[in-house]
Amino acid sequence: MRIIPFAISTIVTAGLVFAFNRPLGPLPMPLGKFISPQHGLWQNAEPSGQRFDGDLSFPELKGKAEVYLDERLVPHVFAENDEDLYFIQGYLHAKFRLFQMDLQTKAAEGRASEIAGKKAINFDKEQRRLGMVYAAENAMKEVDKDPQSKAMFDAYTNGVNAYISSLKASEIPIEYKLLDITPEKWTNIRTALLLKMMAKMLSSGTENDLANTNAKSVFIPDELKMMYPQVPDSLEPIVPKGTTFEKPGIVPIKPETADSLYFGKKETVTAHEISKPDINNGSNNWVVAGSKTQSGSPILCNDPHLELSLPSIWYEMQLRTPTSNVYGVSLPGSPFVIIGFNDSIAWGVTNAQRDVKDYYEIKFKDKTKEEYWFNGKWEKTTRKVETINVKGGKDVLDTVAYTVFGPVMFDESFSNDLSNKRNLAVRWVAHDASNEAVTFYKLNRAKNYDDYAAAISTFECPGQNFVFASKGGDIAIWQQGRFPARWDRQGLYIMPGEDSSYMWQGFIPQTENPHSKNPERGFLESANQRPVDSTYPYFIPGSYVTARGITIERKLAAMSGITPTDMMQLQNNYFNTTAEDVRSILLSYVKEPGLTTSEKKYLDLVKNWDLMGSPDSKGQTIYQCWMDSLMMGIWQDDLTRTKPISPWPSEQTTMELLKKDTAMKFIDDITTPEKETLYDVVTTALKKASVGLAKDEAAGKLEWTKFKNPTVYHLIKDLKGFARPGLKVGGAGNIVNAVTHSHGPSWRMIVQLSTPTEAYGVYPGGQSGNPGSKYYDDFLNNWVEGKYNKLWFMRDGDRTDKNVKWVMKFSKI
Amino acid sequence: MKFLTATFLTALLAFISGLFLPWWGIAITSLLVAVLVHQKAGKAFLAGMLGVFLLWAGLAWWIDMKNNGVLSKKVAAVLPLGGNALLLILLTGIVGGLVAGFAAMSGSFLRATDK
Repeated sequence: MRIIPFAISTIVTAGLVFAFNRPLGPLPMPLGKFISPQHGLWQNAEPSGQRFDGDLSFPELKGKAEVYLDERLVPHVFAENDEDLYFIQGYLHAKFRLFQMDLQTKAAEGRASEIAGKKAINFDKEQRRLGMVYAAENAMKEVDKDPQSKAMFDAYTNGVNAYISSLKASEIPIEYKLLDITPEKWTNIRTALLLKMMAKMLSSGTENDLANTNAKSVFIPDELKMMYPQVPDSLEPIVPKGTTFEKPGIVPIKPETADSLYFGKKETVTAHEISKPDINNGSNNWVVAGSKTQSGSPILCNDPHLELSLPSIWYEMQLRTPTSNVYGVSLPGSPFVIIGFNDSIAWGVTNAQRDVKDYYEIKFKDKTKEEYWFNGKWEKTTRKVETINVKGGKDVLDTVAYTVFGPVMFDESFSNDLSNKRNLAVRWVAHDASNEAVTFYKLNRAKNYDDYAAAISTFECPGQNFVFASKGGDIAIWQQGRFPARWDRQGLYIMPGEDSSYMWQGFIPQTENPHSKNPERGFLESANQRPVDSTYPYFIPGSYVTARGITIERKLAAMSGITPTDMMQLQNNYFNTTAEDVRSILLSYVKEPGLTTSEKKYLDLVKNWDLMGSPDSKGQTIYQCWMDSLMMGIWQDDLTRTKPISPWPSEQTTMELLKKDTAMKFIDDITTPEKETLYDVVTTALKKASVGLAKDEAAGKLEWTKFKNPTVYHLIKDLKGFARPGLKVGGAGNIVNAVTHSHGPSWRMIVQLSTPTEAYGVYPGGQSGNPGSKYYDDFLNNWVEGKYNKLWFMRDGDRTDKNVKWVMKFSKI
Repeated sequence: MKFLTATFLTALLAFISGLFLPWWGIAITSLLVAVLVHQKAGKAFLAGMLGVFLLWAGLAWWIDMKNNGVLSKKVAAVLPLGGNALLLILLTGIVGGLVAGFAAMSGSFLRATDK
């Protein structure tokens, strides 16, 4: 034996093994394990001829079941009972979407730092301080009280875990290998956390209390009303105009101290949320009655707008037992179909956009946060010490005090600068004990309007516009949620939290929630607008979006003999309603004589624009840049009077203000001695926008789709290789086809309630979460082109149909 | 002949190890083959390297072909390989080959007699 050379080569070998067995550079995975063809990434490369048949048996199952997979990998689950059905749903979610379920619920819980390291600590703190786990625990208490719900949650959890247990290390999804982590077992509370993640996404960013508080410190009430109006002039509400409302069941009383302690208080606040949900989280849904359709049957349409991701947030499936049969999209991480149709009805959802979250200023006795001043004495807080595990770092401890209002989200140790140590407790409807899941269990089985109305009546948060149609011919919509009954302007700003006088005095009775059934005009729609006009007897702030509702309302009103194809066209419509009004202002007030050749060219493109935000449109790009520049010109000088900046008035509000008064006060730039006019700001806005536009044009990015570069990112945005950039699709947040850079219609569905049911759907992704599968993004091109998949509502007699590509058989051991 | 035998055996045992052991099992099996089929250090290195390079690159290539390259180009864009699937296949072979080569060299020295 040659000792020295042996030692050297052995050290080199060991060194290589060591180096390849730990993270190299910025990527977290060990290269050796990751690249080994028998362990790593190559094991996730699914053969294109992969078969999905199988015989599986589990002790948890009660009977037999079959899963028929069609050519798009949509499972049609035929089970003998509910428990087996949701066991299999859990199993399939895990089989095709395990990583996203695991990641999303970990993030919801405030455990992102375990994966992402130090950079996620503040995100995690915020999730915990917002009380995400507290909310999920409260929801679980309600689920546990209802044996039926608990049984479904248990079955689902068992199904997920049955799949996880069957996984070999080489078979785990590639994301785990990249991050060098392993799947975590599922629990019922993780399902609750997923639903609370949706609640945060849809009902946490719909208030702007902190920034509003800043605005209140400098603007007088009349100015605030101008900048942030409650009822837009051009509103087409969800409940048709002219509907009369009942006398309110509850009339909240404004506290006597409101003028001095609330409205009159001029302090600013520096606290802000780190992960505030996207303002574009919205949606469209509508339904037309048989009187307006060619077939004589109602047609229901829905396209929820969310941050788009690969894998998609939705997973398509059919769930059938001898007593129920439903088709639609489910949320991996939760049992049930969330948006879909069954043998008798169809339903869809859009976000209510209502403000259901307020802040209260807390006075602590001392730094221990053990006591706070409330109703004239020191009350004890409940303190929760949060431990955040950080990958590659030490644990971080964070103490959160819980008050009668809820958790103190902001205090001196979080998101606050030293000069302004305001302690803010958050009161949020999502914290209240409620069982949202049971609504979907019931909707999946609803047979008529009464079943639907009963199913949704207990749904509390996030408030949704549930649209409905039945084979019996009924159409309806309910804005359903648990909404606080507020006195005028209650909760727009931070409220005093030293006594109970500013607390919510009650909730709007469920039966008084905005709704409409079978209106004479034969259609109903919702698109995140204010649900009712000013005659509704409650104060209902929110972050409403007006424009899409106007477009849809006008289109539907004018249509008759409607077919599913017409509805597809409407879901993919590019008409820019806001621009129709804004352009006439821009063109009337731009001073053409002083323009350069290129500015003149851009002006002409806007003049000749067809008002469509279509993929190739240059007019849309120029218009939007001009409008953005105009918004800056009008508002920036005013909004920066506060630090942090006051909230931006919406484009809709700006347009309506200018239509009413072309000399309105905010046009003037208060930082200059001159008095600017609308002519000045419109012209300057074009000139400023032209500078950027010239650069975009030089880079070949003047066409709208090139300018905004529509992209569906992987859930981990840094994994650029797993994303699909450069999608040739138009649209904008205020356009019906609401595609922005990475946000938009996450599922488009059209259901005609004829016999048989005729349904179409598409989402920007694919059924498999595996980037190594051809089913990872195979619906995406259809989605871009506005094409749909025909949804195959499989019947009992179809078990040998040619659409069945693979069969998975489940049985009890 | 010895060289080919060593190369073939390295690949075969590496494959079997991959079924039961973690990825670094190839170091053990390659060392073992170099002890059993003794060659000079340089040749042993080459045989070990080549054996696992061919196995790993070959498996990767075969898997990639059946997958129509769906995954490899994505991963080659996540790793800094500019989306080039061929580079990913080569890198696969090189990583395995390097470890196996040096392990085989150790095996050769282990059996070599002192001069």
